Amino acid sequence: MSHSNAASTEPTRRSYIGWLFGLCGAAVSALLSVPLIRFTLFPLTSTTTETKWSDAGPVADLQSSNKPKTSTVTVEQVDGWRKTISEKIVYITKDSGGKLSVLSAVCPHLGCSVQWQEARNAFVCPCHSAVFDPSGKCTGGPAPRGMDSLETKIEDGHLMVRYQYFRQLVPTKEVIG
Amino acid sequence: MATNATTSKRLFGWFDKRTGLDSLLRETLDEPIPGGARFAYVFGSALIFIFLSQVITGVFLALYYVPSADHAHTTVAYITKAVASGSFIRSIHAYGSSAMVILLLLHVTQTFLYGSYKGRRELLWLSGCGLFALVLCMAFTGYLLPWDQKAYFATAVGTNIAGEVPLIGSWLKSLMRGGADMGTLTLSRFFVAHILVVPAAIFGFVAMHVYLFRKAGAAGPISESAVEPTLAPEPFYPKQVIVDGIFALIIIAILATLSHFSPFELGPKANPADAHYLPRPEWYYIPIFQWLKYWPGSLSFLGVVVIPSLVAFFFASLPFIDRRMERRPWKRPVAVGTYVFIFLALFGLGGLSYQSDHGDPGYDAQLKAQAKATEAFMNKPFEAELSGVTGAAIQAAAADPVTTQGRKIFESNGCNACHGDGGVGGAAGPSLTGIHQRLDADHLSSLMKTPSPKMITGGMQPTNLPPDDMKALVSYLSSL
Repeated sequence: MSHSNAASTEPTRRSYIGWLFGLCGAAVSALLSVPLIRFTLFPLTSTTTETKWSDAGPVADLQSSNKPKTSTVTVEQVDGWRKTISEKIVYITKDSGGKLSVLSAVCPHLGCSVQWQEARNAFVCPCHSAVFDPSGKCTGGPAPRGMDSLETKIEDGHLMVRYQYFRQLVPTKEVIG
Repeated sequence: MATNATTSKRLFGWFDKRTGLDSLLRETLDEPIPGGARFAYVFGSALIFIFLSQVITGVFLALYYVPSADHAHTTVAYITKAVASGSFIRSIHAYGSSAMVILLLLHVTQTFLYGSYKGRRELLWLSGCGLFALVLCMAFTGYLLPWDQKAYFATAVGTNIAGEVPLIGSWLKSLMRGGADMGTLTLSRFFVAHILVVPAAIFGFVAMHVYLFRKAGAAGPISESAVEPTLAPEPFYPKQVIVDGIFALIIIAILATLSHFSPFELGPKANPADAHYLPRPEWYYIPIFQWLKYWPGSLSFLGVVVIPSLVAFFFASLPFIDRRMERRPWKRPVAVGTYVFIFLALFGLGGLSYQSDHGDPGYDAQLKAQAKATEAFMNKPFEAELSGVTGAAIQAAAADPVTTQGRKIFESNGCNACHGDGGVGGAAGPSLTGIHQRLDADHLSSLMKTPSPKMITGGMQPTNLPPDDMKALVSYLSSL
């Protein structure tokens, strides 16, 4: 074999070519890994989960009532390549100025469904008896904050609401998806 | 600098004592090639390179793919239409399968023309034949996974061929399909074969093939003796490595250009009720596909099983039959002539298939309609799949007995054969989704009773149903 004596005379040339190879290989691999990295990081960089606006009813109808009104909104949630359509309970209330707001029925304490009690003119949570006034402000019980209001807008005379979940047991409203 | 060099040398020494890396590298890189490096020898390492590319892109595709009849198509559409670089990576993988087959044919042809299977290389040749079969298995199993029309019907045909095998045919077909019919179990089986079983076998066979190759030694040019090389050997590294590297770069450049400018398409979701669909396999199976047309009925067993098996057996036993040490192709007219004949026959069959598809106006129109349906699907934005439905409208539709009855009529009268399941549309018939916005109930039922001339040209049949059934059908159509 010729390489036994070539090894002593050619090490610099061979190692130079070796480095060149390593460098070219690294450059090509780096280039080729760009699409693979983008592919993998896609769910991190774009909204793969999103909640669409849903219809809570015609504004005129909702304005006419003075009491908080129960309504179900259809929530379309996109989760990667699938979407789910589910129904959530919300309360539509009116402040003293007549402005409509939509409250999530999820109790900010531990997440039970808050119920409207006509007799007490208050929202009461059936689990740990948190009490909220008709505008959703906490007036008693263990809840760390008032009922969570949801984002709304008016479109073609309809009150549109974007349903969201909020972190429980914290004094401020924090979106969790 | 000097200390750096000694540090790296010491580090390498530490590593080498524990792994034997140095001798392993030398063993790999100093492989003697009689007569030196040549472009003719690139195909083997190119195949390993493209196989690794398939493994890597395959692993990444599995991040989003779900192997089930109700999700597979959606997830592939998601990869193709929504995920960043998704279409590119899927295209590299899909075109990569074609590249693999092309390189395989080039590798076999080079080995054959150079007579490199001669001289104690029978097992090397046999392990190569095993790899050939495994690569075709990969191509066949991977084809079904997108679960589009093309995938579904080509696999239906492919598994039907297995049914032609005498005695165990129908059992074999059921084994492949996971039951009598194609369905979600078929997809699971093909998926497991495609990502676990066959790749594992390929890794094993590649190891065996490379080991046997090194044991026998590179055969060198055609003038060289197959057993006792006389030409001065040159090590594999660096010249052959450079040549192999350049070739690998050319392949990846071609694949990347093709994938970027002409991404691999995905057709509409498989509709098993579509009776019009003309299944066509991937190009490398077209000659076999055409060949099968000439063996009807009782002869099919001969054409489908016996002749291909004989050819495969003859091909695999080549180094046992051809015992002469002569390597120059012009001194081996019978062997080379047979090889060329088989290739010309395959090309000829491919040409005949093209002619019979495009010579027949009915076929031609249907194939064009299928291509158009694929294009239309590709142009639609990605739509997420509805799951866990509690939507009031959908519940109401399911609960309404008249609408439910209408759906049964729609399916039992074969309306879904053209218009797709749930009226989503197919290659032969348009989508009926939202038809109530365009046509009211009376208009809809009168059009079904007496279709317009345009509809009749499209293949729409007049619908004759009892009034109650017609009402139910219209109610169902209006709910779409």
